[in-house]
Amino acid sequence: MIALVVRRLLQSLVVMLVVTLIAFIMFRYAGDPVNQMVGVETTEAERQALRESLGLDQPTLVQFVRYVGRVASLNFGVSFQFRRPVMELLAERLPATLELALVAAMLSLVSGILLGVYCALNPRGRISAALQAVSLVGVSLPTFLIGILLIYVFSVALGWLPSFGRSGLVPVTKHWSTGLLTLQGWKSLLLPAVTLGLFQMTLIMRLVRSEMLEVLRADFIRFGVARGLPQRRIYFRHALKNTLVPVITVVGLQLGSIIAFSIITETVFQWPGMGLLFLQSVQNVDVPIMSTYLLLIAFMFVMINMVVDLLYNAVDPRLKGSSRV
Amino acid sequence: MADPVLSVRDLRVEFPTRRDLLVGLDGVSFDIHQGEVLGFVGESGAGKSITGAAIMQQIAAPGRIAGGEIRLNGQRIDKLSRTGMERIRGRHIGMVFQDPLTSLNPLMTIGDHLTETIGVHLGLGRRAARDRAVSLLEEVGIPEPAERLRSYPHEFSGGQRQRIVIALALCAEPELVIADEPTTALDVSVQAQIIALIRRLCDTHGTAFMLITHDMGMIAETADRVAVMYAGRVVEIGRVADIVAHPAHPYTQGLIAAIPSLETDAERLRQIPGAMPSLSAIPDGCVFHPRCELADDLCRTRRPVLAGEGDHRTACHRTAQAEYAP
Repeated sequence: MIALVVRRLLQSLVVMLVVTLIAFIMFRYAGDPVNQMVGVETTEAERQALRESLGLDQPTLVQFVRYVGRVASLNFGVSFQFRRPVMELLAERLPATLELALVAAMLSLVSGILLGVYCALNPRGRISAALQAVSLVGVSLPTFLIGILLIYVFSVALGWLPSFGRSGLVPVTKHWSTGLLTLQGWKSLLLPAVTLGLFQMTLIMRLVRSEMLEVLRADFIRFGVARGLPQRRIYFRHALKNTLVPVITVVGLQLGSIIAFSIITETVFQWPGMGLLFLQSVQNVDVPIMSTYLLLIAFMFVMINMVVDLLYNAVDPRLKGSSRV
Repeated sequence: MADPVLSVRDLRVEFPTRRDLLVGLDGVSFDIHQGEVLGFVGESGAGKSITGAAIMQQIAAPGRIAGGEIRLNGQRIDKLSRTGMERIRGRHIGMVFQDPLTSLNPLMTIGDHLTETIGVHLGLGRRAARDRAVSLLEEVGIPEPAERLRSYPHEFSGGQRQRIVIALALCAEPELVIADEPTTALDVSVQAQIIALIRRLCDTHGTAFMLITHDMGMIAETADRVAVMYAGRVVEIGRVADIVAHPAHPYTQGLIAAIPSLETDAERLRQIPGAMPSLSAIPDGCVFHPRCELADDLCRTRRPVLAGEGDHRTACHRTAQAEYAP
């Protein structure tokens, strides 16, 4: 197990190094950073001095090594548009995105698994057929459209929930204000979370349904029935656990994409998270923020992948080497 | 003779499909007594496995029992509800499937499999259930049973897994065990061990076995009586020695003649011409008549019933049958 963790960590390190290289190339080729930082009246000599002070006159390799060094010490530079350290800006925005993503993920995971199991256990039922049809809509409608539809129904027509923004915040630490402790916070979180999680929910539901139908046809289920095990036990102890093994992988990756692709949802709902910040920085060619966002998302994917691999090993005994044979 | 453990009368199983009605079993009747191994032979699709599944009420939808009755110790079980059957399965009738590789839950230890099943049927506490699990594994011949409880199915060989499956079927000491091709997926040398194990359990516990196979040689070694099935019907039933020595039904005669033998130096193996009829187009009269050399007009029009002296009964108009059903 420890060997596996070490191996995975080394692999992750390589991946992160490659992503750092891409972020670095972004820095080099998305325009001249000196031009972005100085005014129109700056003389060529002053520009040269700035270039030297930033180390931009050094060979590319030296610059890359320095860049890696800065990334490793969590120094991601200063945002062009806000003139503040990128680290600070992202730290401000991180809680909003993480809360949104986690609530969306939990929502989609819990309801996706429950509905998927229901459909698998009642494959010929009317409710199952309806759920299948609705889930097709959920898979095929684009996120922004779902968001706008939800705003129209629940904010404009019914007036139950706020249509944009994050509110009802309670500070927990210096950097972290949470919206999860007040009713107002939950109200403003609900629509974006449903919008962000709907696609994942339908995906998980369809996946769980088909996996479980497959497992229910397996010989060990028939043998369980033939041993006289109660139906509940067969469904929820034998079938469900075997269903969830392949689901873990997909859910892990989906969690990553929920965080990465919250950009659209955050834009639709003007949610003050990292996605919105990223979109602003794209509009303003704010390369430090863009490349840091890239690194952060890559880091999350790498970590999630590692956790998924470890979980897989913990759940499925067939993957645990052959120590006891 | 004592009352049979299992008694099946005129069992009929149908599979309605969109286009036509498949008749999986038609008029199947037999008894199994305590401590007896009743073998079922026949080619694929003859209805052997359907018979086992029907007794367990494990016929896949849309298949259903359309007629007849099944009695366990004199009590009808073919009309029981799902929960009623849960009390019969495993407790009174155990089942062993063909493929031991896929019969066990890959994510559960052998110990959990056993203690779960023991717990459900016998309501023993953890310790007692564990002790029983160890003694069951010991009985079916798994070395170091106490240590192996923590092992997962993939850590055993195919033969060992089939032993574990048999141990699982025996958890609650059922009166009857249905073994559906228990050795087909195993090596020949391992087959012999599993057969010996079944025979031994049958003799020591008085468990009745219903042994489903297409291997006539295995029947000859293991079973006390044999039922020969063809196209969903029992065409001949009787003591193994009788039937092997004096097969009465032309189909049985063909089956036995087709067994390769070391004594006769034949160029080619004997075979029965033709193929078994499709279940959607069962011929009138005797099901075997299109392939039978002896068939006459009576065979083509009227269905023969199982008849004969004593134990040995045959469903054939032409051989060894003195009287016809009206």
